[in-house]
Amino acid sequence: MPQIVVDNLEKRFRIAERRPGLLGAFSSLVRRRYREVTALHGVSFTIEAGELVGYIGPNGAGKSTTIKILSGILTPSGGRCEIDGRVPWKDRVAHVGRIGVVFGQRTQLWWDLPVVESFELLRDMYRVGAADYRRTRDELVALLDLEPLLDTPVRQLSLGQRMRCDLAASLLHQPDVLFLDEPTIGLDATAKLAMRDFVKMQNRERGTTVLLTTHDMDDIEALCTRLMLINHGTVLMDGTVNDLRRDERRVVVDFEAEPALLDGHAALAHRRDGARVEFRVAGQVGEFVADVSRRYRVRDLVVEHPPIEEIVADLYRALGRAPRAAERR
Amino acid sequence: MKPYLAIVAARFQMLLQYRAAAFAGFATQLFWGLIKVMVFVAFFASTSAEQPMSLSQVLVYIWLGQALLALLPWNVDPEIAGHVRSGAVAYELLRPLDLYAFWFARTFAFRAAPTLLRMVPMVLFAYLGLPLIGLGDWALPLPADGAATGLFALSLAATLVLSTAVTMVLHISLMWTISGEGFNRLMPGIVPLFSGLVVPLPLFPDWLQPLLFWQPFKGLADVPFRIYSGHIDAGDALLEIALQIGWCAMIVAFGLWLLNRAGRRVVVQGG
Repeated sequence: MPQIVVDNLEKRFRIAERRPGLLGAFSSLVRRRYREVTALHGVSFTIEAGELVGYIGPNGAGKSTTIKILSGILTPSGGRCEIDGRVPWKDRVAHVGRIGVVFGQRTQLWWDLPVVESFELLRDMYRVGAADYRRTRDELVALLDLEPLLDTPVRQLSLGQRMRCDLAASLLHQPDVLFLDEPTIGLDATAKLAMRDFVKMQNRERGTTVLLTTHDMDDIEALCTRLMLINHGTVLMDGTVNDLRRDERRVVVDFEAEPALLDGHAALAHRRDGARVEFRVAGQVGEFVADVSRRYRVRDLVVEHPPIEEIVADLYRALGRAPRAAERR
Repeated sequence: MKPYLAIVAARFQMLLQYRAAAFAGFATQLFWGLIKVMVFVAFFASTSAEQPMSLSQVLVYIWLGQALLALLPWNVDPEIAGHVRSGAVAYELLRPLDLYAFWFARTFAFRAAPTLLRMVPMVLFAYLGLPLIGLGDWALPLPADGAATGLFALSLAATLVLSTAVTMVLHISLMWTISGEGFNRLMPGIVPLFSGLVVPLPLFPDWLQPLLFWQPFKGLADVPFRIYSGHIDAGDALLEIALQIGWCAMIVAFGLWLLNRAGRRVVVQGG
């Protein structure tokens, strides 16, 4: 029995439409017009205990809505969802006691309280026993290097520091499942690495199931064994990071001079920049490399995995909607 | 109970930091209190007819009213309003707590902490300070007797719960209105009038008395104040306190119903 079962989940929002202009504002006072937006269009998946799953998709694809339903905040319009046998929005109190959630764009700590007091408030809210609390807290403080931050009011923390504290806060009650909604957003390189190491360790050592949404493909590559891609409210792909890559390789060749490529080779060229050509080759990479070095004068040649970032960008484009550069707030 | 007590304690502690606001409030309320006292002293000096309240009972009414002004449910907690507005209210649903009880605990602290900060200096000044500066005739009298003191404490506790319950209705309504500004303007018009802070309720015309008797807001000021001054005797006081508790129960039930409806329409703003 999988730990998380999501079956044909649907969510529609009714949004009051404001007509533009002053006249529009007045007529909206009298008669409201509503628009129905379908955020989830039959999402189905299952996750086993102890998995670490990446959940990706362009902005507005339905990632956050899924997380909000799974964490019991939103009630879906249709479909079924069970986590450890509990329906999140029906058994909300029992359910949220066993999960941890971090929304990268918000903090769950009390703005004006020192970090340690936020932790103690959470301890009381989750009814964590004194001994358990002390053990878990000390462990998290050591792992996330929080000791120097404990007495600082949250409003004075940098984003990276705050994120570490938020992560600790979500784990004080030792949840079985952890939902991370864009946990690395806005973090610098060091903070991202620390975050990833910690999540990976939490998953491996304690067996915490993790579902993670992100726009940072390095997160996915570093962390996730499994990847789900969602767009327009449906799961489009569910597999490993390697599935996504298929067997495509990137072959970057520096020629002696700008080459006149044979038709068969020109078809594989993905990008040309003077004497440097980047090929995308699926399948027989060895043959291709041998062929190229035999036919042309090659100065240098590199074979690599295509960056997952590019694959996903291609996929999003193919799905008809490129991700916007800026994140919606 | 423990989680909720922890929430009250944490919020209480935070709110006690606003000492400057409390001092400014004290100064303003003292000024208004003196003006009201002068109006009523002039009123009692110019009438020979029997009045429904004595001057000393009115003095109790005025000074307790000034001391407990912050207790009236006339505004929303800016923190909760901000959470609803920004969508951070989602995090409240992530806690393994009953949402009504969770917010009730915070609202309770929001009403109790500022009241405590303002009440202590005001009562001390009205009772001890005024005689010292030669205005002993205008000072806050002591409670009528021992029974009145005990019943007053009981009634004041009910007032605190009642005020919290009314504020909760405002907080839950935020889910529809998003902004609390409407309430912050509407409630100061309604609550002081019907609780008796503008004019003590017994001084209203006789034909209005039945209406004033059967409304919840009198439990916010009129009832405890009149118990203190002995205007309501011990026997009637128990009935009045029972009525206060009845209103508490009704308003809590209404709040729960409203929250249940609101829960179905929660849309988390942003992100």
